[in-house]
Amino acid sequence: MARAAVLGRLTWRVATVAAIRDETATARTLVLDVPGWPGHLAGQHVDVRLTAADGYTAVRSYSIASDAAGDRIEITVEQVRDGEVSPYLAQVAAVGIPLEVRGPVGGWFTWQPDQREPVQLVAGGSGVVPLMAMVRAHAAAGSATPIRLLYSTRRPDTVIYRDELARRAGAGRPVDFAYTRVTPPGWPRPPGRVDAALLAAATFAPDVAPTCYVCGPTPFVEAVADLLLATGHDAARVRTERFGGP
Amino acid sequence: MAIVTPGFTGRRRDSSTDLPPGQYLTRDFPVLSAGPTPKVRLDSWEFTITTDPGAVHRWDWAGLHALPARTFTVDLHCVTRWSKLGTTWQGVSLDDLLENVETAAEYALVHSYGGYTTNLPLADLLDGQAWIAHTYDGADLTPEHGGPARLLVPHLYLWKSAKWVRGITLAPQDEPGFWERLGYHNYGDPWREQRYWGD
Amino acid sequence: MTHLDGNAAGGDLGEIFAVDMTAATGQCVGCGRVAPVATALAYGPAPGLVLRCPGCDEVLIRVVTAPGRTWLDVRGLAYLQLLE
Repeated sequence: MARAAVLGRLTWRVATVAAIRDETATARTLVLDVPGWPGHLAGQHVDVRLTAADGYTAVRSYSIASDAAGDRIEITVEQVRDGEVSPYLAQVAAVGIPLEVRGPVGGWFTWQPDQREPVQLVAGGSGVVPLMAMVRAHAAAGSATPIRLLYSTRRPDTVIYRDELARRAGAGRPVDFAYTRVTPPGWPRPPGRVDAALLAAATFAPDVAPTCYVCGPTPFVEAVADLLLATGHDAARVRTERFGGP
Repeated sequence: MAIVTPGFTGRRRDSSTDLPPGQYLTRDFPVLSAGPTPKVRLDSWEFTITTDPGAVHRWDWAGLHALPARTFTVDLHCVTRWSKLGTTWQGVSLDDLLENVETAAEYALVHSYGGYTTNLPLADLLDGQAWIAHTYDGADLTPEHGGPARLLVPHLYLWKSAKWVRGITLAPQDEPGFWERLGYHNYGDPWREQRYWGD
Repeated sequence: MTHLDGNAAGGDLGEIFAVDMTAATGQCVGCGRVAPVATALAYGPAPGLVLRCPGCDEVLIRVVTAPGRTWLDVRGLAYLQLLE
């Protein structure tokens, strides 16, 4: 396995929102300017801290979506119903506002181009964000390592990074989708959750010995991780990151 | 030094002079926990009071409900700063549970299903200050809020109101519980803002 | 309310330890399981951060943060192996 991520001293820094890109009706990407950003690995996240005028603070973690690029990082925020931080980031935050960030955080749920074994990514909803960072890092490095993504989401219109995923899906980097509520017209499978049959059809088999990265809400991650182990993947090669609440 | 985030307000919060210092009013009922929600079956549920000489007084679910059920409305103050006023509960008063318990002990250590503990003086459980509560807002207390039954001691910060309560041990010496061992104030009076050690 | 995992505690632990803690491996005093901190089940961070062994639920690490003070309890770990 690659050497561990090296971090600078973790401390809060002030970033500025440099640009905003809508991804879906409920998700958008914030491009942040972070002076002195030390760089990051695919899979790492930042903690974002918001402070109200009366001093009330709220902190949430957001995966970095972008490949390392100087002082710029991107986070993609999905609006969570009854959320406290995501409604602000997904709707209110505007270009020019300051955001406190702490990071990069994480040295285990990461992928680096010097990893040679095949990569199996399994995303649930906004869990696709850190996995997209891995897809982007893989492409930027010109890596020949086999990589696949299985992306479970509610409906066709909730797919984040749709166009980019379609572009990258050629040349041996398959992207498969699972729709849990509504499928596109003519879709071969009815709506439903990821199950053993879908894993068998759309992911690397255990004998390929991929490193698997599973990210999404806690119930999704635990169900998929259990399925991967049940089909024979080595527990040491299944990496998980649970996403949380509002 | 934190900067203010323009346009961020967070969940609705009201401050008022009727609240303990540093608290804000919430309409929600936040759920905070130190571990997984225990699954407790009513047919094996029990509550025990263990005295200093080692006598064990035991109530099963039916036994708890055989005691007088009190309805009471109290304010809740969480050390994480939210307060929820006027919450209505039903439960059994600790005065009734302790009525036939003989002890010279001064301290109580409360134990919960799942392993959580908290400590307080025995005197703070008496005189109408504490209940084993099983009904909240007219319905069975849900597991996420401590059901089947939790301790309620509303004059102290809410971490003392142990969810999933299973027993109380009375002892001559004070023994700090789960949070009291790691920075949270040993007594926890919200009106004197006793949140952490030394407050 | 559900749990997260040790990845989510990486920021708070990183500030305390000044190195990444999520890839550090530790041994549970309860069941002996050795695993990365990232795989621990995380509760909190309010009123405190609690990391539990996914095998036996033993409390591995606890962190309480107050203005100007932080308390750390690692009695649930027999050891922590930090990577360079």
